[in-house]
Amino acid sequence: MLELNATTLAFFVFAILSLGGALGVVTSSNLIHGALYLILSLFGGAGFFVLLSAPFMAAVQVLVYIGAIAILIIFAVMLTRSMTRMTEVYNRQWWLSALVGTLLLLMLALGVIFPVWGEGGMLPNQPVSNEVATTEALGVAFVSGDQFVLPFEISSLLLTGAMIGAIVLARDTEAS
Amino acid sequence: MIPLWMYLLVAAAMFCIGVYGVLSRRNAVAILMSVELMLSAVNINLIAFWRYTAPSDMAGQVFTSFVFVIAAAEAAVGLAIIISIYRSRRSVAVEDVNLLKG
Amino acid sequence: MNGEAAACVNIVETLSSCLVAGGMAPGLASFIQTLMGVVLVSAFPLVLVIFLIWVERKVAARVQDRVGPNRVGPYGLLQSFADAIKLILKEDIIPAGADRLIFNVAPIIAVLSVLLIWAVIPFSPVHIGADLSIGLLYFVSVSSIGALAIMMAGWASNNKYALLGAFRVVAQLVSYEVPMVVSLLVPVLIVGSLSMQTIVRAQIGMWFIVPGLLSAIIFYISNLAETGRAPFDLIEAESELVAGYNIEYSGMKFGLFMANEFMHAFTVNVLFAVIFLGGWSGPGAEQFPLLGFLYLLAKTALVYVFSLILRATVPRVRIDQMMSFNWKFLVPLSIVNLLVIALLLQVTRALGIAPAPGETDFLANLPQALVLLAGNLVIIAGTLAILRNSGRRERLAEQTVVTSRAIVPVGSGD
Repeated sequence: MLELNATTLAFFVFAILSLGGALGVVTSSNLIHGALYLILSLFGGAGFFVLLSAPFMAAVQVLVYIGAIAILIIFAVMLTRSMTRMTEVYNRQWWLSALVGTLLLLMLALGVIFPVWGEGGMLPNQPVSNEVATTEALGVAFVSGDQFVLPFEISSLLLTGAMIGAIVLARDTEAS
Repeated sequence: MIPLWMYLLVAAAMFCIGVYGVLSRRNAVAILMSVELMLSAVNINLIAFWRYTAPSDMAGQVFTSFVFVIAAAEAAVGLAIIISIYRSRRSVAVEDVNLLKG
Repeated sequence: MNGEAAACVNIVETLSSCLVAGGMAPGLASFIQTLMGVVLVSAFPLVLVIFLIWVERKVAARVQDRVGPNRVGPYGLLQSFADAIKLILKEDIIPAGADRLIFNVAPIIAVLSVLLIWAVIPFSPVHIGADLSIGLLYFVSVSSIGALAIMMAGWASNNKYALLGAFRVVAQLVSYEVPMVVSLLVPVLIVGSLSMQTIVRAQIGMWFIVPGLLSAIIFYISNLAETGRAPFDLIEAESELVAGYNIEYSGMKFGLFMANEFMHAFTVNVLFAVIFLGGWSGPGAEQFPLLGFLYLLAKTALVYVFSLILRATVPRVRIDQMMSFNWKFLVPLSIVNLLVIALLLQVTRALGIAPAPGETDFLANLPQALVLLAGNLVIIAGTLAILRNSGRRERLAEQTVVTSRAIVPVGSGD
């Protein structure tokens, strides 16, 4: 049912990237390595977006996650330098968390492979149409009054608030 | 074309790895990175559903953008909090942040 | 050499049908064709950089009243080859305690971040690596990977000077990305598209440097900082830092960082020519694509030589000056510029003097461009007036400090 072509290959490469990166994030004791694994994982996610014909989202993923958030995390790791190599990586409930994670994964996998929702309890194997909305339509959706203009403005307010909050919190009051 | 459930399965696995990281790591920065993983998994789900069920509608991509906004705000504020905790307590291990614990 | 590279792209376009006619499977043939295109587009900047280093050294030498490289080959043209061979033959040192994998991968990612930009540069009406619908955003997001490579290099070297150098560089790159992206929004607003080819086509009638004068200036300045050129060359401030983030690198890995720096400086100038100077557009470019390629190179050379002269003549700024210049001057200015241009665009569209989309006539584009240019000039004049006043106030304050110090009697205690 799954023919071997460039798309399939790319899917598996991106799946390995994102899942391997994710495993690296939670297991590496060196936090810088963890951050680099996170970048690998997010890069796999950007690849999925390209496969799903959402190139704008892929570019934003690279720009926001890899260009900004990952750099921010690396900066934070270095500013709290003494803890980059913690002797104890996990807390005492790590086995319990592993159990929770595995059970959740089993449940989600069952729900995904044998869905009880969707058209007649089946997930679509093919997209309903190949007419994909353009980036221009996305821009219009953000600012047109009957669609998403309010959430868009609120999210910009949230970003401004987060920026001011981060500056206030991280500012060294003693130095000034 | 790849069936939808494969995307969902990868996203679910990524989400569960993130859950495991949040619950088990001691370092606050590592916990934040695991949260980012979970958000990214949600994004993959959103875009996959958008592409397979309503590719001409904008809602899927718009919600993904909002998740990006949340992720950026969360990372900025979270890391600022971690840095200021580190400044006062010389530690980023979450169990050391226990001032409010009676 | 340049003409040959473009002509080869034409051969590449017909290659797949040739191979299929020779009995090859169509899928494999198109794969080989794509591969050839990728190799050509990425080899072009890699070969070009060897000559760019020679050009840069010659121009800097002329500015400083020297001769420059003149020993190897005619006019010293082969000097860069000699340097490259020396770098390759040098011992490859990995410092003790270095993170080997990250240390080795960092220079590759650095070069990659620049090479990937070339995929969306339109060389001519028909020659472009990939005319993505998000071309401009692709450029921004790909070049943001460069900061990551520098961070990796600085951290993996296990050297505090390298780490401090990387901190400075990354702070600089991340900060100057903001005015760069905001200034790029002005041409996007005028065109209504992110595709590079569409942006160039929209400039056949009117180059965007006229309606977007201020954003062109901001883009140019922030690109000087992004590529670490003087007066923002704190990346490699020889007289201040030991060498910056690449102190522990030797041999060809250092060479890759060097090549990356020169290539990046040239690439952003190509982008400036594409986005603000009309790219390949010019008389006859549609009929003879190769002519468009020459136009692009000529425009790029103009901007590039200007940046070289700038580099050789201006002094370096301090890091705090650079940061406050960005956050307190460039970012607010670019946001004001964007708001004013957006407003004026709506006004011209409401008045009906905006050209129809795809209008290639110079006169049809003129009214809107003049209105936008007037808006730009008003912002520039206002900015200069504010700067003049605040500068005068600061000088006055300084003078009072000096005089008040002078009238303090000697021995009145500290």
